[in-house]
Amino acid sequence: MNSIILTASTRLLVVMLLVFSVFMLLRGHNEPGGGFIGGLIAATGFVIYAIGCGTSAARHALRVSPENLSVFGLGLALIAGLLPFVFDEALFKGQWVFFGATAEDKGISISSVLLFDIGVYLVVMGAILSLVFTLEESV
Amino acid sequence: MNALIQLSDNTPSPPVNYFGFIPSLVCLTLFIIFLQALPTIAAGETLRLVYPWVPSVGFNMSMMIDGLSLTFALLISGIGSLVMLYSSRYLQGDQHFARFHLYLILFMLSMLGLVLSDNLMTMFVFWELTTLTSYLLIGYKHSYQLSRRSALQALLVTGCGGLALLAGILMIQMVTGTFELSEIRGQGEVIKNSELYLPILILVLFGAFTKSGQFPFHFWLPNAMAAPTPVSAYLHSATMVKAGIYLLARLHPSLSGTDAWFWSLTVTGAVTAVFASVLALQQLDFKQSLAYTTLMALGTLTLLLGSDTGYAITAAMTFLIVHSLYKAALFLIVGIVDHATGVRDLKVLGGLRTLMPFTAGAAAIAALSMAGFPPFLGFIGKELKYAGALAIEDQRLLVVGAILLANALMFAVACILAFKPFWSQKAPPLPESYQEPWQMLLGPIVLALLGVVFGVFPHLISVSLVHPAVAAIIGQDQAKKLVLWAGINMPLMLSVATFILGFLMYKVHIPLRDGLIGLATRLPNFDRGWDKLLDYFSRFCTALTQTIQNGRLKQYVFVTLLTLTTALLSTFMVSEAWAFNFSLEDMQIKHWVVVSIIVAGCFLTLVTASRVAAIAGLGSVGIGVALIFISYGAPDVAITQLLVETLVVVLFGAAALKLPHLNAVKAPVFRPFDALLSISVGLCFTVLMLLVTGEPLDRRITEFFEAASWTEAYGRNIVNVILVDFRSIDTFGEIAVVFAAALGAMAALKMGMPEKEGLPEKKRSEP
Repeated sequence: MNSIILTASTRLLVVMLLVFSVFMLLRGHNEPGGGFIGGLIAATGFVIYAIGCGTSAARHALRVSPENLSVFGLGLALIAGLLPFVFDEALFKGQWVFFGATAEDKGISISSVLLFDIGVYLVVMGAILSLVFTLEESV
Repeated sequence: MNALIQLSDNTPSPPVNYFGFIPSLVCLTLFIIFLQALPTIAAGETLRLVYPWVPSVGFNMSMMIDGLSLTFALLISGIGSLVMLYSSRYLQGDQHFARFHLYLILFMLSMLGLVLSDNLMTMFVFWELTTLTSYLLIGYKHSYQLSRRSALQALLVTGCGGLALLAGILMIQMVTGTFELSEIRGQGEVIKNSELYLPILILVLFGAFTKSGQFPFHFWLPNAMAAPTPVSAYLHSATMVKAGIYLLARLHPSLSGTDAWFWSLTVTGAVTAVFASVLALQQLDFKQSLAYTTLMALGTLTLLLGSDTGYAITAAMTFLIVHSLYKAALFLIVGIVDHATGVRDLKVLGGLRTLMPFTAGAAAIAALSMAGFPPFLGFIGKELKYAGALAIEDQRLLVVGAILLANALMFAVACILAFKPFWSQKAPPLPESYQEPWQMLLGPIVLALLGVVFGVFPHLISVSLVHPAVAAIIGQDQAKKLVLWAGINMPLMLSVATFILGFLMYKVHIPLRDGLIGLATRLPNFDRGWDKLLDYFSRFCTALTQTIQNGRLKQYVFVTLLTLTTALLSTFMVSEAWAFNFSLEDMQIKHWVVVSIIVAGCFLTLVTASRVAAIAGLGSVGIGVALIFISYGAPDVAITQLLVETLVVVLFGAAALKLPHLNAVKAPVFRPFDALLSISVGLCFTVLMLLVTGEPLDRRITEFFEAASWTEAYGRNIVNVILVDFRSIDTFGEIAVVFAAALGAMAALKMGMPEKEGLPEKKRSEP
């Protein structure tokens, strides 16, 4: 599509959508959001980019192939699931580390659950993008 | 094969693989580990190791070493190390050398797992793994159509057996309440008295018979000779085909002793043994002939396991060892002959003695053991077989007759295989000189010599291996002694008769063979029957697919919706659940707005002549649904719904570019049947939803999640906590499905696309 308005606004939109997707991913555990939604938003960003600037430009901007992104995400989720084995706990049990926890506030936390969610994010994003890119290239 | 024959001095030798010996070392290490267990087992103890796997349903990773499993484990690891050493040379320079050894090691480990498992479920997993790895090994030379066909045949036949076995295992668990073999062992009476005994027996025997190539499932085994020779030596002599025998022996305490057991094993075994040894005589191919003699051995073992006398079981365990030793040796020798001459035709081969004296010697020793001459272990095995057959009280004539005939034929085949190619005068065009590589020679020599050593000193294996194995099957103090000279008795007479009969058959084997070949063309051929069966099945599937999935999207949707409506309607009819409350009292203004958006979207989609408008209409339906989610406080679901709607519109938009215009006909066509179907689907779902919401909501799970979400999973968004923590295994499965679906759709889309430039076409490689 050769629309200057779309092309110009795409660059801005993509940045915002990507940042927003990460925001949604990270807040997901406590507020509406999460890896699935984040992945969908990120995919939407690149889909808009592909419509505005062409699929090859979008593929270039993504740098890795969407399929690899999916595989990587699946691997991350699997690692997050296997991680409890190291601590001698059941498969896929969430492992948490808290920084600066007080009685009321749990502080900043890092967890295998977040890793899992990042995996979901990448799988969803990669799967949708691989589909959309291929579809657009085939027409 | 051509590349392998050229090993004479004037051709450059293929690249040496310096690490080819490592697989062999792995096996040897395992062999030594198992050897260390020998004194403990000989003392009558069993070793057990339990690691809970899925304890909630009784699956344990439990391992048990008793006499039976140790015998198998020693054969598997011992012969394995020799075979791997052999193949490190046999396949030297092969393109996929590492892959081959990987398959072989995987196969060996699954086989070991199979015989060491004490849990039926664990055993089943390993059972299936041997099926899969043997598929890879048989189809190793995958550029040949024959290899692929044989591999698939073996996979399908043994795979069907595996499914039957699984059903049998589950039934055993239903009766006994456990998967642990060591506990099932003591519950033989419980199983035999239960109503499920006969189904269990049929299913288990189906599994064992397909795996061990019993008649009428024998046809896959000779075809599996398409594999490289070391594979045949390993899988089809010593290990995989014996898995069925192992299963029979392992379940012998729980299932044997009934007429059904006795008759099915005795008759199947006898038929297989005689049938296979006749076919062995008929073969012209060295390797094929050996394959049929393996079937004969498996038939004999089945026959002997049908009984529960001490003699028969001792004979079975001894013959198991005897057969593994000589058969592996002979297979490896075929490989050497093939390697040196490139010929396996028994009509052509002759005078190989001068070319490869060591191989000829090993072949002679192995064949003498196979023919059952004293003082070889084969002789003891044969005497015990006769003693075992005589000890069977019922139908003694049938059993003794079958064994006598099979043994005589075996004698003739042994002569044909080991003496004619090596010791006759006729010399084919042979290479000038040939030096057997030591890696390839070691296996046959060691295995053949063991046949002599154990024959002269039978106590070496009798107390340490055979007796504990027999004890594991029918209990202590049942095992009979292994002796070379038991005096002049009935078995000895039968042996002499065997030799005479066998020698006569050898003398007339050429006219006999021609006669048999003529006869074989008129008899039903199971191999071709199998092809026909597959052919009919694939035709049936094609017809079914063409009806249901004819490539038109409309048909797919039609079939899916029709099935759905039929299922729902029939459920409503059967359960007569028509009572539901329907009232519009709770509806507020905002709900009416949402409903009108949805209805308007539907209407637009139905009547519009523009594809874009139709997509937009569907989109507004989706957005309406999202609004419903929001109004009932499910923001996560609503956001997802909105995003998916957006992406669906984008995807539709991309696809729509390729589709023909909708408005080819100005006015939308009215299709009454489609309308009826859509209305029924809608009505059915409305009724279903009303029925579901009419039930009181069970809030226990919700309450648990609400309570535990923050305290146990440190998250306030219950939906997400469920997704990534409480039910994360489900989510993992789902994202794997998402990924697989995307790959599948991508592949389907790319099929119609022109090949991209710059991608070099894969070179076809012929071994």
